[in-house]
Amino acid sequence: MPINFSPSPDDLLRFSPEIILTVAGTLLMVLDPLFAKRFPKLFGHLAILALALATWGAVAANAVPGASFSDLLVVDGFATFFRVLVLAIGILSVLASYRYLGREEAETGEYHALLLFSVVGQCFMVAANDLIMIFIGLEISSIASYILAGYLRDDKRNNEAALKYFLLGSFATAFFLYGVALLYGVTATTKLDEIRTALNSPAAVSSFAMVAVAAALIFVGLGFKVSGAPFQVWAPDVYQGAPAPVSAFLATAPKAAAFAIFFRIFLTAFQQIAGGWEPLVWISALLSMTIGNFAALTQTNVKRLLAYSSVAHAGYILVALAAHSEIGTAAAMFYLAAYALMNIGAFAVVIHIAGKGERYLKIDDLAGLGKRQPGTAAMLTVFLLSLIGIPLTGGFFGKYYIFQAALQSNLVWLAVLGLLNSAVAAYYYLRLLVVMYFNEPGEGAETLEPLTPGLRAALILPAIGTFFLGVVPGFVLGFAQRSAALIR
Amino acid sequence: MNLLDLVIAIPGVGFLIALLIPRKQEQAIRIFTLAVSLVTFVASLGLATGYKFGQAGQQFVTNVVWISNPEIHWHVGIDGLSLWLFILSTLLTPISILISWRFVRNQPKEFYAFLVLLEFGLVGVFAAWDLFLFYVFWEIVLVPMYFLIGIWGHDRRIYAALKFFLYTFAGSVLMLVAIIFLYNRAGTFDYAAILSGLQSGKVTLTHGEETFLFLAFFIAFAIKVPIFPLHTWLPDAHVEAPSAGSLMLASVMLKMGTYGLLRFCVPMFPTASHENAPWIVILAIIGIVYGALVAMVQPNMKKLVAYSSVSHLGFVVLGIFSFTQMGFDGAVYQMLNHGISTGALFVLVGFMYERRHSLAIADYGGVATVAPWLSAVFLITTLASIGLPMLNNFVGEFLVLQGTAQANFEWTIFAALGVIFSACYMLWLYQRVFFGQTSDEVKHHMPDFNAREWACVIPLVLMMVWMGIYSQTFLPAVSETNAKILEQSKANTALQVSLPRREPNAGLTLAAGGHIHAH
Repeated sequence: MPINFSPSPDDLLRFSPEIILTVAGTLLMVLDPLFAKRFPKLFGHLAILALALATWGAVAANAVPGASFSDLLVVDGFATFFRVLVLAIGILSVLASYRYLGREEAETGEYHALLLFSVVGQCFMVAANDLIMIFIGLEISSIASYILAGYLRDDKRNNEAALKYFLLGSFATAFFLYGVALLYGVTATTKLDEIRTALNSPAAVSSFAMVAVAAALIFVGLGFKVSGAPFQVWAPDVYQGAPAPVSAFLATAPKAAAFAIFFRIFLTAFQQIAGGWEPLVWISALLSMTIGNFAALTQTNVKRLLAYSSVAHAGYILVALAAHSEIGTAAAMFYLAAYALMNIGAFAVVIHIAGKGERYLKIDDLAGLGKRQPGTAAMLTVFLLSLIGIPLTGGFFGKYYIFQAALQSNLVWLAVLGLLNSAVAAYYYLRLLVVMYFNEPGEGAETLEPLTPGLRAALILPAIGTFFLGVVPGFVLGFAQRSAALIR
Repeated sequence: MNLLDLVIAIPGVGFLIALLIPRKQEQAIRIFTLAVSLVTFVASLGLATGYKFGQAGQQFVTNVVWISNPEIHWHVGIDGLSLWLFILSTLLTPISILISWRFVRNQPKEFYAFLVLLEFGLVGVFAAWDLFLFYVFWEIVLVPMYFLIGIWGHDRRIYAALKFFLYTFAGSVLMLVAIIFLYNRAGTFDYAAILSGLQSGKVTLTHGEETFLFLAFFIAFAIKVPIFPLHTWLPDAHVEAPSAGSLMLASVMLKMGTYGLLRFCVPMFPTASHENAPWIVILAIIGIVYGALVAMVQPNMKKLVAYSSVSHLGFVVLGIFSFTQMGFDGAVYQMLNHGISTGALFVLVGFMYERRHSLAIADYGGVATVAPWLSAVFLITTLASIGLPMLNNFVGEFLVLQGTAQANFEWTIFAALGVIFSACYMLWLYQRVFFGQTSDEVKHHMPDFNAREWACVIPLVLMMVWMGIYSQTFLPAVSETNAKILEQSKANTALQVSLPRREPNAGLTLAAGGHIHAH
């Protein structure tokens, strides 16, 4: 096949978000030595500007859907949904970072550049139509994330988090790549739709063992990236050790992108062998929910608690994958959006109360927040109620759609166990509410500073979004359903 | 937008406005929330006067699409079963605000706002005709009550609040599974559509599925009622909650469970209801006797009233699972009675706690000599609670016992024990608190009612007498709706039983019959 190296105007528009972010990221690195001293906030502003422009580009690109660059990349509703989602997460993460970086005296261009590069990688992942492209996106995203996790390089916990994340992450990517290689051996292609056709042929049936091993390896690699059990062990340590705004980002954006490719690969390339992977996903979903929720019960560190909760939430989304249906895919998309909002919001509160050097991260440090800063407490209440799954919040509808999909696919037991799990989860979220409202203010409360504009925005925007998804879910769900129909 | 929408909307909007009132304006918040709840109450009276007797179906219906996919409707309506429970909620909310007037000093803004939010959830539960909407309101109720107990409760409030939330939440997620399951089968959340689908045979459930769905709904409701042995959250929650919380919890929130049993479990899953009735009845009777016996030995007034609720609610469950017209009527009437008389008990105990700062029975004695009016009202409430003729509980208990006797006379014997026990523990409580030696503390700290307190108790006492003497005001609406529910449960049973050996024609007639009936 002749390869055309000059992209068409449509191609340029389709991939304007990635282009904008790459240029902006490079620019930030260049500007760093010039402005770091005089205008420390400038980099954040520029990053938000770039992300906003890229979001606009992603929306505009949706008007000209189609495959580009020799079918390596594709813009469809599914890709647009996730691109807008990771870009929005990027904006919220930058908003939540201002105060944190200022407090740690670490406002640099490189932080924001790395964030932008990570988002670029995720944008590539969700729009990729080819296993090699997925791998490249995964690596761009991951390598930037590894560095971000260790951003405060003089901090011991940061270093530990980065090292763990890097070692285990590289292993996972290697698993993934090994799976891709085996699959290429069987099917002689890396394009998702061609793999699917090839797997349907008699030749593939004869090398079934190889295909099964390849699928299992890819499953392990992606399972790690979404922090689904039994590959979740790294998540608590990394989320706890990384700087709080980075944890907020890591728990949402790379996870959303990884889920996007999880769905895309398994619902297209591995459609033929669904009978083989469905039980695996079923088990992983149940394990993730159960391990995540029960481990979170005993945590005393808020970041670690949120980390385990994010493992549990990965489990809910795996339930949607196990349902293996259009409505399941749509449910997962909706849930990821709701989850991103409530999780970033909750982390923003953590950033707010943490104080310099993240001293106040115990659950007890939330004590009396309801009295000292009723507004902040009310926001956290919204996010926690959404994480529990109380009606009129996005988290509730997300859960509802997922379990509806599960029941439609006759996964009655998984649905019952999943929902009972969410009752267990209610306990540890309520504990935060208990401390926040029912206990008297503790030591951390005295040094609590007022909300800065950036953090305020990082609280109010997700709260509005959470209510929006909870009261009028039709808009986002409708889009998700139309896009999910494309993934088959 | 009709009157019913308005009545539901007022507390909802009132809650949002109350949030905007500045924290410092404590008096303004009290007055505003009181005004909101009073307006809601007055407006809800319009539902009673505008209610058309003689048609058992839903009235004041609004049915508009809220979310298009899956189709979820804002479908609200009132029928004979929900009418009085709805008004009970709107009547007790202003009272709950008034009894807290002086007592709640800590974060008053949130307190009163939560009470209004609670009202919004409660009236929504009783008015919802869309299963999804019902679930939404059902869960909304949970949040304000959790905070009411947790922030403004007594010493062990945190434990009680958590226990309350987790018990109820665990039950309701099971109900959510059942609701989704029904939606996937019937393609709608609309209660009436699902019901007629089940009856006409358009929606078929296997025996196992019906049992599973019945149990999922039943457990959610049984926790709320609460039915023995799921009752253990109740004494904690009641005792630790502030007076207003105990009042709303006992008087209205427990009725959400019994209302759900009668509204959803019995008509939608009649076969399973009949099959499971024997052990449910046994649990109800255990609840009646056990609740009464435990109440008898309580040293704490609130705990005594709390356990008496377990006993009283056992009567309601017994009435429902007797599957007789009288049993149903008595159950609904008993729900209202319990709301009024136990509500009054919590109000009065709350007043005494404000004066003496103790709930222990031993700290009282001889109150009758220093506070004669309080004692008189307490006496009327006590007599109402133990089922004295001419007062409200008598009517309900009589109907339940009569209905139970029609179904199975042995049940009646055990249930009647509960009536006797209730006389024991209530009169003994009265004797210990109001008669005997007046201690110095009681003498100096026990003034009689003030105007605000009179305003709280007068409506309740009036209702006790009214409902005891002239039940005709309330029963016809209840009765005609219950007749319909009773028929629904029977019709469906007959259809299910005849399924294996029916001929095509017979099935068609039956199906058509069910269909006509549904409209």
